[in-house]
Amino acid sequence: MNPDSPIETWSEPRRKTAQRMTASHLRLPRLLAGIVLFGFSFGSLHAQDWVRTGSNLTEQRIRLAAADFKPLGGDPQTPSYKASFDSTLYNDLANAGIFEMVSKSMAPQATPGTPQEINLGQWAADPANASMVAFGSLSAASGRLSVSGWVFDAKNPGSPQVLGKQYNESASTDNARLIAHKFADEIIARLGGGINGIAETKLYFVSSRTGSKEIWVMDYDGQNQHIVTKLGSISLSPRIAPDNSRLAFSSIGKEGWSIRMFSLELGRPVAFPAGTPGGSNFSPAWSGDGTKLAFSSSRSGDPEIWVCDANGGNLRKLTAFHGPDVSPTWNPRTNSQLAWVSGRTGLPQIYTMDADGANIQRMTDGGYAISPSWSPNGQFLAFSWNRKYGPGAPGGQDIYVMDIASKRWIQLTHDAGSNDFPSWSPDGRHLVFERAIGGHAEIWTMLADGTEQHELTHSGKNFMPNWSWK
Amino acid sequence: MNSKYRVLACVVALAAVAGLAGCGKKKTHDTGNTAPALTGPAPTAQLSATPTTITAGDQVVLTWRTTDATNISIEGIGDVPSSGVKTVTPSTSTSYHLVARGDGGSADATARVTVNPVQMAVAVPQDSSASNMTADEQFRANVQDIFFDYDAYEVRADQAGQLSKAAAYLAQNPTIKVLIGGYCDERGSNEYNLNLGQSRANSTKQALVQAGIAADRLRIVSYGKEKPFCTESTEECWQQNRRAGFTIDR
Repeated sequence: MNPDSPIETWSEPRRKTAQRMTASHLRLPRLLAGIVLFGFSFGSLHAQDWVRTGSNLTEQRIRLAAADFKPLGGDPQTPSYKASFDSTLYNDLANAGIFEMVSKSMAPQATPGTPQEINLGQWAADPANASMVAFGSLSAASGRLSVSGWVFDAKNPGSPQVLGKQYNESASTDNARLIAHKFADEIIARLGGGINGIAETKLYFVSSRTGSKEIWVMDYDGQNQHIVTKLGSISLSPRIAPDNSRLAFSSIGKEGWSIRMFSLELGRPVAFPAGTPGGSNFSPAWSGDGTKLAFSSSRSGDPEIWVCDANGGNLRKLTAFHGPDVSPTWNPRTNSQLAWVSGRTGLPQIYTMDADGANIQRMTDGGYAISPSWSPNGQFLAFSWNRKYGPGAPGGQDIYVMDIASKRWIQLTHDAGSNDFPSWSPDGRHLVFERAIGGHAEIWTMLADGTEQHELTHSGKNFMPNWSWK
Repeated sequence: MNSKYRVLACVVALAAVAGLAGCGKKKTHDTGNTAPALTGPAPTAQLSATPTTITAGDQVVLTWRTTDATNISIEGIGDVPSSGVKTVTPSTSTSYHLVARGDGGSADATARVTVNPVQMAVAVPQDSSASNMTADEQFRANVQDIFFDYDAYEVRADQAGQLSKAAAYLAQNPTIKVLIGGYCDERGSNEYNLNLGQSRANSTKQALVQAGIAADRLRIVSYGKEKPFCTESTEECWQQNRRAGFTIDR
């Protein structure tokens, strides 16, 4: 190793400790596992701090019942709207990662439509044993869909109301789902420590299902899949702006690979000249405040990380080292640091640097490490890592999360395909990623502790997901 | 370029049958923003070529098999049955690309056949007037793909001969400009492989510049792992895909 290089490597004992700890806690319950790893030497109070400020997943989950909503109104479509609403609301709350849901088979058969109609004792008693109950009514009439929803504290009958909301939209199945998402997000924000829910967020991704690789978008739960770009070439690496106004991506055309912009407000591509000139341009990344864009460009010869303002001005090169530099991601909390992938010492590794290119730190200690995503609270990097990469080596490519300050990591996926492109949800509780099994890639989500893995796409090749910021 | 003709065709169609078919079709294509309803299982597709390397004039047997597809085509051959065998005689190195579309989406498979030119034709590259080969055939005979080690972009010693031959041909044909494409195998990330492909194309270009070819005749582009020549997960296929490929840049 070059003694002049500004690379910090892990000392051997430290790495061994991390490995030993990883091995020793695998038998423990999954949430405890995270606590033990990151809070090992700090005692239980700090351990809980990690869980709360880290993945935002708490140890103690609130036991919540979601009653089927009471159908009102004469529209013959009401039962179908109600079915979409009920299942969407239940799934959103179950996916949130902070509730222990009362299964529908344990819940009372009642469908209380108003606070006057609910018998709280029935919900508080076994077998439901709910701490909180979400309930209400759904009415479709004259082309309008209106929903009244409440959350009551089942263990506090004297003053039970926690939340009451009303919604009114034009009647459609999509709007029944939208209202369920909005109500779920209200409940999650109220009961989940003030962190906004993600039920209204979107996932952008690449799909080749039309025959060419285009950018697509879907709801966070995999519903409502739409094509965005129609360039008919190869479009990759979608990154949505923090305000949802523009989508940055890379695409190949007559001039090679450029960073392109698609305006979601105008519904068409818009000019971004800074992304085009010379060389290949890949992997755009928005800063958390939306004012800057980082990307990889070989316009000066070797592929390096470049940064410009959101309008393309003030372009400058951050890295200057022989070898590939690609896949930048900003610390979205401070916007003063970036992580990226560099092949300067051989196989690709994850590095961090300040936004002016100074203070380079190597984060991974070997293998093949790619595709970093910086957590919303600034504390973690999620990335894809094949720790035993090489010809004939049996290593798997899995998703890992590393605590940046301590460089300690946990492995989130195990023994299931080749996993890449993790992207954090804005609440820091979830990750979306691509998983290829036998060369067939699909989009998956999971909680930030690796549990509750769900496949969202099922057709064609779908990969490179990116979670919207809100 | 032919938008004028398209407009004209639409106008004619409109006038003739008052049918909105022509223009209307294009319109729905542009605004249809909804995902096609995908029902049924996703199609699968396999395609193989035997042998994968031949001398020009020899025959190759293509064998394919698909499931759950309603529309199957092979580029350059056209629509084909859901499974079958076909004998082809490619005159130059060819990637056969099969696309299977069905109610559950689409799948594709690719088989690469490398065609080595007949020995006699290669022997007299400088005497082009004496040869029956077209300019394209001469280019392909003299400027051939070079291969790389895994995760590496330096030109391998065993590929130097191939590059010298390419440089000699390009020196004798100073009007030809070249597009160098960098390719990678399927392992690792799309983004990192795009950079690796860029570096492979660039080191290939630098080697030709060292050999005396003007840099402004050489354009480079990376295809990463986006355009593989073959799709099997074997070391043989991976090696085929870790390459720099050359085409005439017109």
